[in-house]
Amino acid sequence: MADIVRFDNIHKIYEMGAEPVRALDGVSISFQKGSFWAIMGPSGSGKSTMMNLLGCLDRPTSGRYFLEDKDVSTLDDDALSDIRLRYIGFIFQSFNLIPQLTVQKNIELPLYYLGWDAEKSAKKAQELAAKVGLETRLNHRPSELSGGQMQRVAVARSLAANPHIILADEPTGNLDSHTGNQIMDILTGLNKEGTTIIMITHEPDIASFAHNRLHMKDGLVERIEKN
Amino acid sequence: MAMHQSRLARNIWLGIENLLLHKLRSFLTMLGVVFGVGSVVAMLAVGEGASKEALRNIQKLGSNNIIINSVKALEDASSSTQMSMMSMYGLTYLDYQRISESFPNIQQVAPAKLIRKDSRIGSNTLELRIVGTTEQWFDLVPRQVLAGRVFEKKDVDDFSAVAVLTEYGARKLLATKNTIGQSVKIGGDSFEVIGIIKSEAGQAGNLQIPDQQVDAYIPLSTVRKYSGDIFVKITSGNFTIESVELHQIIAQVNSIDNVESTAAGIERMLQSFHKKKDYEVSVPLALLKEAEATKRRFNIVLGSIASISLLVGGIGIMNIMLASVTERTREIGIRRAIGAKRRQIIVQFLIETVVLSTIGGIVGLIMGITIPTIITYFAGMPTVITLQSILLPLFISVAIGIIFGLYPAINAARVDPIIALRHE
Repeated sequence: MADIVRFDNIHKIYEMGAEPVRALDGVSISFQKGSFWAIMGPSGSGKSTMMNLLGCLDRPTSGRYFLEDKDVSTLDDDALSDIRLRYIGFIFQSFNLIPQLTVQKNIELPLYYLGWDAEKSAKKAQELAAKVGLETRLNHRPSELSGGQMQRVAVARSLAANPHIILADEPTGNLDSHTGNQIMDILTGLNKEGTTIIMITHEPDIASFAHNRLHMKDGLVERIEKN
Repeated sequence: MAMHQSRLARNIWLGIENLLLHKLRSFLTMLGVVFGVGSVVAMLAVGEGASKEALRNIQKLGSNNIIINSVKALEDASSSTQMSMMSMYGLTYLDYQRISESFPNIQQVAPAKLIRKDSRIGSNTLELRIVGTTEQWFDLVPRQVLAGRVFEKKDVDDFSAVAVLTEYGARKLLATKNTIGQSVKIGGDSFEVIGIIKSEAGQAGNLQIPDQQVDAYIPLSTVRKYSGDIFVKITSGNFTIESVELHQIIAQVNSIDNVESTAAGIERMLQSFHKKKDYEVSVPLALLKEAEATKRRFNIVLGSIASISLLVGGIGIMNIMLASVTERTREIGIRRAIGAKRRQIIVQFLIETVVLSTIGGIVGLIMGITIPTIITYFAGMPTVITLQSILLPLFISVAIGIIFGLYPAINAARVDPIIALRHE
């Protein structure tokens, strides 16, 4: 299968204080289309930096990042925004829903930036809410939902623009193990439908849902394991 | 385009929803613009009302007219304590003739001899001001004819004993009787009432409007025949004898551009024929210009006060929006991560600010329209609300939203999504 993501000798160096921090120190790796990866490692190992680069929220200091064979490592802010909008769906540990918007409006958010009209967006949001089992909560605000429900809204939102990759940053970190497993079931289902999933986690149980595990250490790939 | 519009509508709606989340804060933020716009509209209405009234009065004088009045010269006034001193002063028939004939720019001239006399119809009496004039008067001081007719050249040529009364005088003297054709006794003489016209009275700047409510217009030739040119005035034991040929001459100039030069010409001419300065040349146009200059000054002062209050309002809005951006850093981060461009974040916050300032502007406008209405109702002061005085503040409040919203919005767009997403 084709590579969806390819890192070619990626460095990310932060100039903070006297000593530059080498968050990523020459990472070369590729992820195949339709795969399910877990990125693991202790804090400071570079996994968050890896996530920011994968999600086009940041640019590497050096090296090249190919997303579906397109070099995105030197794109400007507007172009990167567009890549995020069309290719990537984010799921965060702390859900990151917009508190003043209803469930439906939160799910519609990417569609708004894609320029969809209100009617079409609403229909899509309802479909996605049904998919994650929240069709009865469309008009609730995030504050009225449980943690598991909020994360399901976030999953629905990440799917709205039909992304090619879902990036999940500790998606179960704020959930108990039961609701965490529910979220993982949803992600596994999505992967089975063909969506590439890259997930950061430090919990081996959660990582076991993925096909491959990438262990990071000191800004380098330590080892790769297959489940 | 339709999609674009609906996006704008959604953006505006989103802005309103965000503002409604903090109702008190939004309301307090708005107050600066509310009072700024409210006071601008109210002050413009009062100012416009005052200047409209001044202009209306000046226009009653006729902006193409030059008004020359007889005045008692200064040295004469001081010597008037001497008894039985006859003072001769003022404009003469010769002046009238010269003014009529020697200025090509002058179209018409109306002379006026003014005498106050008791008048009577039946048992009703009233002191009238006799205006001995020619038919030109009615062209230079145009007033609506309510009944009958005004007199013509023929009446002047024939020394006709006819009088045109004002609505006020006619009502006082004749009550409800059919007036036209009746005879009115003025002084000792009888005149036939041939017409009734409307009258204006009042002051425009320091100029008296030529007509009064108690006027009776009689051909000049007739007045001269009956009354002559010498008047005896008895005031508190003293009596003075005055000889004045004409009290007033009104000259109409063909074009507004020639008014001032012609007035200067008349002044020079009178100067060469009169030993004393016993006349006064007034130009309503000069008053008009003065009124306009006053209005301009007034507007500048108003404008400065208004811009200060609007500036304060704008700064208040900017302050709150900056706080709001900090408060919503995480929201901005989420939107950016999802794929919003910097420009879209700017538009979102800018629209929110413009919505805030525009609502403030509309509330202020309502306040600014209500206050002058109350002023007019209770104080009787005229106020005028023009389309311009409504559109200008609305435009300004939108502009305030854009100007003072831009910096907070740019700040919002500068937020780094990576840091913002970690923001608690």
